Amino acid sequence: MSATNSAYGPVRRKEDARFLRGVGTFVDDIALPGMLHGAVLRSPLAHARIVSVDTTAAEAHPKVRAIITGEVLEQRKLAWMPTLSQDVQAVLATDKVRFQGQEVAFVVAEDRYSARDALELIDVAYDPLPVVVDATRALDPGAPLIRDDIAEQPGNHIFDWSAGDPAATDAVFAAADVVVTQDMLYPRSHPAPLETCGAVADMDPVSGKLTVWCTSQAPHAHRTLYSLVAGLPEHKIRIISPDIGGGFGNKVPIYPGYLCAIVGSMLTGQPVKWVEDRSENLMSTAFARDYHMHGEIAATRDGRILGLRARVLADHGAFNGSAQPTKFPAGFFHIFTGSYDLQAAYCEVTGVYTNKAPGGVAYSCSFRIAEGVYLVERMVDRLAAELGMDPAGLRMKNLLRPEQFPYTGPTGWEYDSGNYPQALRLALDLAGYPELRREQAEKRERGEYMGIGLSFFTEGVGAGPRKHMDILGLGMNDGADLRVYPTGKAVLGISVQTQGQGHETTFAQLVAQELGLSPDDVEVVHGDTDRTPFGLGTYGSRSTPVSGAAAVVVARKVRERARLIAAAMLEAAPGDLEWDGGRWQVRGDPEQGRTIAEIAMAARSSLELPDGVEGHLDAETVYNPPNLTFPYGAYICVADVDPVTGEVTLRRFVAVDDCGVRINPMIVEGQVHGGLADGVGMALMQVISYDEEGNCLGGSFMDYLLPTSLECPSWELGATVTPCPHHPVGAKGVGESATVGSPAAVVNAVVDALRPFGLQHADMPLTPANVWCAIQGRPVRPDLAIK
Amino acid sequence: MQITVTVNGTGYAREVEARLLLIHFLRDELRLTGSHWGCDTSNCGACVVWLDETPVKSCTVLAAMADGRRVRTVEGLAHGDELDAVQRGFAECHGLQCGFCTPGMMLTARWLLDHRPDPSAAEIREALSGQLCRCTGYENIVRSVQWAARHEAAARAADGDDAR
Repeated sequence: MSATNSAYGPVRRKEDARFLRGVGTFVDDIALPGMLHGAVLRSPLAHARIVSVDTTAAEAHPKVRAIITGEVLEQRKLAWMPTLSQDVQAVLATDKVRFQGQEVAFVVAEDRYSARDALELIDVAYDPLPVVVDATRALDPGAPLIRDDIAEQPGNHIFDWSAGDPAATDAVFAAADVVVTQDMLYPRSHPAPLETCGAVADMDPVSGKLTVWCTSQAPHAHRTLYSLVAGLPEHKIRIISPDIGGGFGNKVPIYPGYLCAIVGSMLTGQPVKWVEDRSENLMSTAFARDYHMHGEIAATRDGRILGLRARVLADHGAFNGSAQPTKFPAGFFHIFTGSYDLQAAYCEVTGVYTNKAPGGVAYSCSFRIAEGVYLVERMVDRLAAELGMDPAGLRMKNLLRPEQFPYTGPTGWEYDSGNYPQALRLALDLAGYPELRREQAEKRERGEYMGIGLSFFTEGVGAGPRKHMDILGLGMNDGADLRVYPTGKAVLGISVQTQGQGHETTFAQLVAQELGLSPDDVEVVHGDTDRTPFGLGTYGSRSTPVSGAAAVVVARKVRERARLIAAAMLEAAPGDLEWDGGRWQVRGDPEQGRTIAEIAMAARSSLELPDGVEGHLDAETVYNPPNLTFPYGAYICVADVDPVTGEVTLRRFVAVDDCGVRINPMIVEGQVHGGLADGVGMALMQVISYDEEGNCLGGSFMDYLLPTSLECPSWELGATVTPCPHHPVGAKGVGESATVGSPAAVVNAVVDALRPFGLQHADMPLTPANVWCAIQGRPVRPDLAIK
Repeated sequence: MQITVTVNGTGYAREVEARLLLIHFLRDELRLTGSHWGCDTSNCGACVVWLDETPVKSCTVLAAMADGRRVRTVEGLAHGDELDAVQRGFAECHGLQCGFCTPGMMLTARWLLDHRPDPSAAEIREALSGQLCRCTGYENIVRSVQWAARHEAAARAADGDDAR
C-alpha cells in the first residue's frame, strides 16, 4: 500500500459476517455443560419493610438447586455492593425494598422455566411504607426516609454541586436588558438495548477461576470491581463480554443479577446463567435523565447572549448508582453553556433519593451533556421568541467563532477545535431554511401547524485525563497491545468493547493506516479480560478518542521498532530511513525499502540485530488523553403538528456533524442515524413514569414506547471536518452526538409549530396527549401519574 | 408432548412441555441461536421467524403450534455458502450494528421482497414497523432492503437476457 492509499474510508464491517448468518455469540447464546438457570424475585412494592422471606416451598421444587436470599448473602458479606457513585446498593434486600422491581431473592434451577416457577413459591411478607417518587417532594420535611441504612442520613438529600462563577453571573444578569426563565423536565428514560442484561457465571471449584460471560461495556473495570466486592483474587477472574446486543450505557454498571449468578455458581459448583426479561430490564436497570431543571438566560435587546444560569434537581432513585467520573456527581452537565460565547454562567445541582430504580447516567448522554444541551438549546429558543428574532440568526450571532479556539468556557472546559458557523450554515443550506420559513408562513395562513426546530450542540467526549477523571479510583485510560506475526499479519488487543460500534473494523483501519497494511490483515481482539490489556471500556463516546488513540500510538511504536530492524536489513542508519506510508526506505534511495511484512519476518529470523534491538515488532501502550474531544453539530427538524389530535409527524431531519477526522464514514453515519432515532424517541415517546404508589408505568414495550421505522424520517446528513488537535489522527468521538443533540431540535420544532397558540414550552415526551394538553394551556408533568 | 417440526429443511422430533415457546424451542432445544428474544410482548420482533410462509413473532407462538409445520430462521436464509440478497444488502448498506434485531429484520424483508419485489421506501418502513432496532435509526435497513430489491431485479433481468 503506497502513501497515497488510505486504510480509512467506508470499509464494510468485519463483524457483519457472523451476525448475518445468525452465528454471533450473545450472552444468552452461551450454553455450558451442566449449566443451571437463575431468576430474580423482585419486589412488587416501591417501599416496604421485609418482615420475612419463606423459601420452604420453593426449596421443595424438584428442579430447584439453590435459593439465595439477602440473608444468605449477608453471611458472606455480599448483601450490599458499591455503586459507581460511591454509594452502596442492595444486591438482595435484607431490611427494606426501596423501589418496585428491587431484587429480593434468586433461584437457581435446572432450566429456565423451572426457575421462574419457583419464584412463585417464595413467600415474602412486606410491611408497606410511605412512598416518595416525586423528586420535588423528596426533600420536604416529613418525606419518607429512603436510605435509613446509611448512618447519619437525615433525609433524601445526596449531594449539592455547582460550577461556574455565581457572583459574575449575578452581575451579568443584573445588567442584562432581557432575562428569560423556563422550568423544564428532562424526564426519566431508559436506554432499552434490544438485548437485556445477563450473565453466565462459571466458578471452577478446582482451579478457583471464575469466568463470567457478561453483558458488560467495561469488562476490565468489572473484573476489578468483582474482585473488590467479592474478595476474589483478580487474576482468578476472567470477564468475557461477547457479542453485545446494544449497550447505550445500560451495560456499564454491575447489576445484582450478575453477582447472584456468581454466587449461584459458587454454591452449586456448576455454571449459572441469568438473563433478565424485558420488564426487569426496564424496571430495575440503569435509567437515564430525570433532571428537573430551571434555566435562566440573559441577553441584550439586540440578541447578544450574556449569561446562563441553571438550577437542577436530580432524581437518582433509591441508590446513587449513576456512572460518571468520581469528581463530577452531575456528570459533565456544567458544559451547559453549549456552543455560545457567554460572559458568565453558573449551575447548581442537587441530587435526591426517591423510591425509583437507581442509575442516572446511562443512555448515550455523554455524562449528562444531553441534559445540558437540551437546557441551553431550549433557552436560546425561548430567548429568540422573546426577542422576536429568528432562532437561526440568534444562534449564528452568538456561536463561538473559529478564531476563539481553543476556547475556555465559563465553567472551565477547554474546547479543542471547531468552526461552528460553517456547520450551522451547512445545515441551513441542506434544509433550505428560508424556503421552509416561507412554507411555514403560508401554512399558518391556512391554519396548518408546521414547525422548524434548530439545535446546535457541543459535546465533550473521550474521558478522560487521569488527573481529572477516574471511576472508583481507576483512571479513565485505555490500553492497547499489538502483535505482528512473522508474515506481517497483526493482532490488536484493546480494552474497549463494541456493542455495535464496529470496533473490529474501525480499529483495524487505524492500525492498517499506520503500518501500511490492509485492514483485513489486522485482527481486533476485545471483550475478554484474559486476552486484552486493561482499560475502562466503551461508554461516553470514549472508544475512538481514548482507545482509538491508543491503537494509533501502539502502531507507531511498532513502526519505530520496525525502523530499527529495517535499518539492519538495509545496512543503513535508522536515522537515514523514512516511512513512505507502506515501507521504511532509505532517504534519497526509494528503491531500498522494506514493508512491515518483510520486516516482521526478518525480526523473527536469524538476521543479526544491533545491540539493544529485540527480535520482534510487538508493543503495548496505555493512552492518557490530554483533554476531551469536542465534537459538535447543527441539527434542524421539520415537524407537522395536528392541533386536533396533538399528533406530531417529523417530516425532515437534517443533521450536520463534525467529529473531526472520520476513520470510517459509513460507520460514523450509522452512529448518527441511531442517535437521531434515540433523540426522536425521547422527544416524542419514551418516558418511565410512576404512579403515586411507586408503580413503574414503563415496564414493558407495550407501555414504554420506542420509535419504529414509521416514526423516524429519512435522515439527511451533512459533515464538516475540523480535526481534533490533540488526538493522534485528529478524530473525535461521535457515538452519542446525535442522541445528545437531537431532542432539543424536535421540541423546538413542535413549540415553533404551536407558537400561534401562545405555547412557549412543553415537556418531553411530546405524545399526542401531552401536546394536546399543552395546546389547551394545561401542560402536564409527564413523569408522574399523580393527579 | 411430542412435536415434529421442520426447521430450515431439517426435521426434528422432540418431547416438549406444552407451554414451551417456539423461540425457546429453537434456541434452547435445537441450539439455533440466531433468532433472538427481546421483549415477551410481540413488540420488538427480534424473534421473528417464518412459520410455513409467514413471519411470526416466535416469543408468542408455542412450540406445539409449530407441530407438523415448517419454520425458517436466519440460519436458513443463505443458499448454501451464498448469502441471500437481503443478507448482502445489509452488509453493503451497513444495515446492522449490534446485530441483535438483524435476523428478524432480514426474515421480514425476505418475505416482503418475495411478495413485493420492488417496494417503495414507505412500503419497506410499513413492513418493518412491527420490529425495533435500537442502533440504526432504520435508515440503513431501508437502504439494505432497497439494495436487495435492486440486486434481485438486475439478476432477473440478466436471467431474462440469458433466456433470450
